Amino acid sequence: MWATFVLAVRGFSRHRLRALLTALGIIIGVGAFITMVAIGAGASAKVAEGIAAMGTNMLIATGGASNVGGVRGGTGTSGSAALTDDDVDAIVHSVSTVKFAAPLVSTNAQIIYGGANWATSVTGTTSDYLDIRNWGVDSGEFFTAQDIASGAKVCVLGVTVAQQLFGDDDPIGEFIRVRSLSCQVLGVLTKKGQNQMGQDQDDVILMPYTTVRRKLFNNGGTQANAVSRILMAATSASTTGAATRDTLALLRQRHHTNEGDPDDPTVRDLSEYAKVAEETTRTTTLLLASIAAVSLVVGGIGIMNIMLVSVTERTREIGIRMAIGARGRDILTQFLLEAIVLTAAGGAIGMLLGTIAARLLAQAMGWPALLDARSYVLSFGSSAFIGVVFGFYPALRASRLDPIEALRYE
Amino acid sequence: MALIEVEELTKDYVMGDVVVRALRGVSLEVERGEFVAVMGSSGSGKSTFMNMVGCLDRPTTGVYRLDGVDVSTLDRDERAAIRNGKIGFVFQGFNLLARTTAQDNVELPLTYAGVPAKERAARAAAALGIVGLAQRADHMPNQLSGGQQQRVAIARALVGEPPLLLADEPTGNLDSTTSDEIMGILTRLNAERAITIVLVTHEPDIAAYSRRIIVFKDGHIESDEKNKPRGART
Repeated sequence: MWATFVLAVRGFSRHRLRALLTALGIIIGVGAFITMVAIGAGASAKVAEGIAAMGTNMLIATGGASNVGGVRGGTGTSGSAALTDDDVDAIVHSVSTVKFAAPLVSTNAQIIYGGANWATSVTGTTSDYLDIRNWGVDSGEFFTAQDIASGAKVCVLGVTVAQQLFGDDDPIGEFIRVRSLSCQVLGVLTKKGQNQMGQDQDDVILMPYTTVRRKLFNNGGTQANAVSRILMAATSASTTGAATRDTLALLRQRHHTNEGDPDDPTVRDLSEYAKVAEETTRTTTLLLASIAAVSLVVGGIGIMNIMLVSVTERTREIGIRMAIGARGRDILTQFLLEAIVLTAAGGAIGMLLGTIAARLLAQAMGWPALLDARSYVLSFGSSAFIGVVFGFYPALRASRLDPIEALRYE
Repeated sequence: MALIEVEELTKDYVMGDVVVRALRGVSLEVERGEFVAVMGSSGSGKSTFMNMVGCLDRPTTGVYRLDGVDVSTLDRDERAAIRNGKIGFVFQGFNLLARTTAQDNVELPLTYAGVPAKERAARAAAALGIVGLAQRADHMPNQLSGGQQQRVAIARALVGEPPLLLADEPTGNLDSTTSDEIMGILTRLNAERAITIVLVTHEPDIAAYSRRIIVFKDGHIESDEKNKPRGART
């Protein structure tokens, strides 16, 4: 067996180019497989990372559609569907699967500091917002419950805003103008980067929601305690479904939604986005991997072709071997082993090239290349398997040659 | 008990609608230690007969006992085992494996016999020594002359220590000086090691080395006579 193996290897070293071309299909197949799976896994990880950055187990309640003079639009802050501070409190108190709930009131505003100005979005919220979104304060501090109660004119800047207005200077303690409102900077948030849609999540100012409502919206009367959205975090990934249902039921009850009417306000489970995104990357990975698998099969057919030629070419050698006592199964083993050595070597080279390609591609795309041991085992195993499958028929033909005919073959 | 016992051996080949009767009832015995030459024109059935004797093919009817074993009914693998253990082949075209050293070529029958590597190497080296090529063990066939290649082939035939050595036109591709050299080696093996040799040739000069000459014609034995071998020059 070992002697046969050595013989096979020597045989290939005599026909280097042919062996290489034969194995090329396998090399490409295995290489592509390794690369695709690694890139796919990297993409999944990237997506998961992006979703984690967005916030974990996040739910969002959106105030029902506004209906002003027949014109309908989302996030209405008036009418029976408008969300209020009381809804926030009710959710926190009676939905056990919701860990945090933060009101959101947002607007866009022009910010001015000295000679610099910058248009950005202003989000009024509470400190729970940071917990829900896995966010933190990089320098300075966040506004307190006291600031929220009093509607203090304070704010916390996203990194981008701080950069735009202050450059390298320290913004903490400085006063900026948000529209006409003079507002003291308490802190700067940590950097969060882009979200899944490519938006800069650091281009934001956070303020007490009470301040935004009173000073920027000038809300009064029935809208004095309206919030546009409520952002919530479920207690864990597995409870997001229950949290969504319970919150929805609570809001339907509180807003007297009639049975059979559509939800208004609505509650969406943002982890569904994560699931969809993961599903998409998984499908893509599967697709790419199956293309790679097809090229493995094509490579196998190439092996079979060359092995058949090789059997014909070496008919006389087979005859000699048979004459001096090789049994059918000795010849079968020899040719099968040659095919397996060829495909296994091709598989090994493919794994090497695939690894390099995955690393380079990952670097180019800014993704991690997740090289999974399983994909190595799988692709190497399947390349050896292909050697057996596609090497078997030529080997069988060789083993069934008639020794007299084979010896006479020129 | 004779080494080769053949009784009423026939072989028919079916070629399309035509049945070619290559052997039409051949009976003979070859004792251990004999040196037999088989002669005959092409189509006489001598090649078919040699294929039978060499266990490369099965007779249509008749019995062939080699070393007391009826081998005429064995299947492919069983015949392969007989060829491996009981018969050494020397061919006209040498039939060495290309790009394989003399040593490895000689080891090959032992590989198929399952002899361990160390013993294989020692026995192959010894066999190469017998044919006087110990110094060329690591040469490839294309680095050897025709005569040397045929000596490697003889070493390969010898290495399994078979009782029977079949030589099919062993000098057909060699000049007369080298032919004499090869025949000298065969004669010596027959004399010193009591190896039974059956030699196919169409050259009377070569047949003259043997001690018995069998002539085939039209699928049967035309004559079977003792011969006084001519002195070998080694």
